[in-house]
Amino acid sequence: MAIPVISAVDVSKSFGTHKVLDNVSLDVSRGEVVCMLGRSGSGKTTLLRCLNMLERPDSGAVFLNGELMGFLQKGGRLHELAARAEARQRRRLGMVFQQFNLFPHMTAAENIYEAPVHVLGRDKAEALEQAHALLARVGLKDKAAAFPEALSGGQQQRVAIARALAMGPEALLFDEPTSALDPEMVSEVLQVIRSLVEEGRTIVIVTHEIGFAREVCDRFVFMESGRIVEEGSPDVLISGGYHSATQEFMSKVL
Amino acid sequence: MTELVSETQWRLQSRAIAALPIGRRVNLTRAVAATLALLFVVFVLQGLARNHNFDWAVVRHYFFASSVLDGIKRTLSLTVISMAIAIVVAVVLANMRLSHNAVLRGIAGVYVWFFRSVPLLVLLILGFNFSIIYPTLGLGIPFGRQLFSVSLAHLLTAYWTAVLSFGLQQAAYTSETIRASILAVPNGQREAARALGMTPARSFVRIIFPQAMKIAIPPIGNDTINLLKGTALVAFIAVPDLLYSVQTIYNRTYQVVPLLMVACIWYMIFVSILSVFQHFLEKKLHRGRQVSNRPLRTRRA
Repeated sequence: MAIPVISAVDVSKSFGTHKVLDNVSLDVSRGEVVCMLGRSGSGKTTLLRCLNMLERPDSGAVFLNGELMGFLQKGGRLHELAARAEARQRRRLGMVFQQFNLFPHMTAAENIYEAPVHVLGRDKAEALEQAHALLARVGLKDKAAAFPEALSGGQQQRVAIARALAMGPEALLFDEPTSALDPEMVSEVLQVIRSLVEEGRTIVIVTHEIGFAREVCDRFVFMESGRIVEEGSPDVLISGGYHSATQEFMSKVL
Repeated sequence: MTELVSETQWRLQSRAIAALPIGRRVNLTRAVAATLALLFVVFVLQGLARNHNFDWAVVRHYFFASSVLDGIKRTLSLTVISMAIAIVVAVVLANMRLSHNAVLRGIAGVYVWFFRSVPLLVLLILGFNFSIIYPTLGLGIPFGRQLFSVSLAHLLTAYWTAVLSFGLQQAAYTSETIRASILAVPNGQREAARALGMTPARSFVRIIFPQAMKIAIPPIGNDTINLLKGTALVAFIAVPDLLYSVQTIYNRTYQVVPLLMVACIWYMIFVSILSVFQHFLEKKLHRGRQVSNRPLRTRRA
């Protein structure tokens, strides 16, 4: 078996005395789409944020294509990486946030080419061309010069997806990408994510859209109180799952 | 008992009412207040124009006097250089105060505490006498030998003492403004920048600082206006600024009031220019945002 693109091994994380992640392990293979489900507070967002080191695990390790994330192994210990080295690793993963987090002082196109130009050092004209292509891809060809405030939630989230794609990431992390959207805008964002799935990209997505999860994901992971209590094919999920927490959750959302 | 109109009749009436044009309400209290305020302004202007003690001919005579113009140059250069120093030092201080390192946080905290505790005038006079406290400025190895030294009395002229005093004290205040502005930028911005692989430094320069400055510009504009007028204190250490040069003239001619008017009008002119400049800077920085400078008011089409 090939090395997984993303691999979390025995990851634990506490905020104060509250244990948010309790020895969680998760592998994501190339081209796989994994959906993380669970009640709010079950630790799914924290696990996602541990994958690109927005949260540093208290113990355990995360690997990106076999490379240890966030730490340096030296003399039988793990040492925190310097900010610069950590930033270099992080740019290999694309992340899309629930609240979009577009930069409000930049246009849609500037949001997209900011990091390729200033982080990867790409040629500006080339990056601008790529930004236009990405905007066209998410259906926002004529919004290149628009500022985030002039865009709807769904449009902002599509720009945010284009921004993540511009870095040519090895995998994409979605943190509840449609939870902050008005109902009529959910489908336009899901449509873009669907096209990424069809492209064969490696994706981890935290979502409450059960129907969508069932449609696109290869595997679901169900979390409860900081642990993965059940995982399997989406069919298992729809039939109600085996674990009592999954059953209870599914009875509420279906 | 009142007689009930039939529904058809009522429908007709209501439709007729709905078709009426909507007139603007006149707020009587506001109108009266505005009239009174206007009357007051007229009285004040009349008092200014008619009172012979202001002696407008003298004001006109000295308005463009060369010593006054030299004073203006000094006042303006003091303001600009001090504010430039203040902003640079303030950005560094703000970042130190927000640092995870307790030593950096502590040093910046003590700096702000010190410069906010000492009155500006005292600081200015102390600075003026600094070369008595420390006659030379030298660079050396701590507890070791001195590499070189210069005489502070030559380096620190009254003018540069003033620039440093104003700049360093203003930095203490401005750093608090900038710190608060940095904190006001939503955390999601920092996270988005990090997720894109930006280093903390790049994220600050490209993402956080531009958004923080948008918040900080109105108070910094205010600080600059305050500083412009505050520079009048240099008259105490005999730096020939705008105020000092008109004082020099009226000490000779005894035309105190008209000469003070000369200074006042010049200060007003520069404060007005600064206000306009601030307005345009705000507009430029509010790129991507529609701003209104008036509180919300219901609008009718």
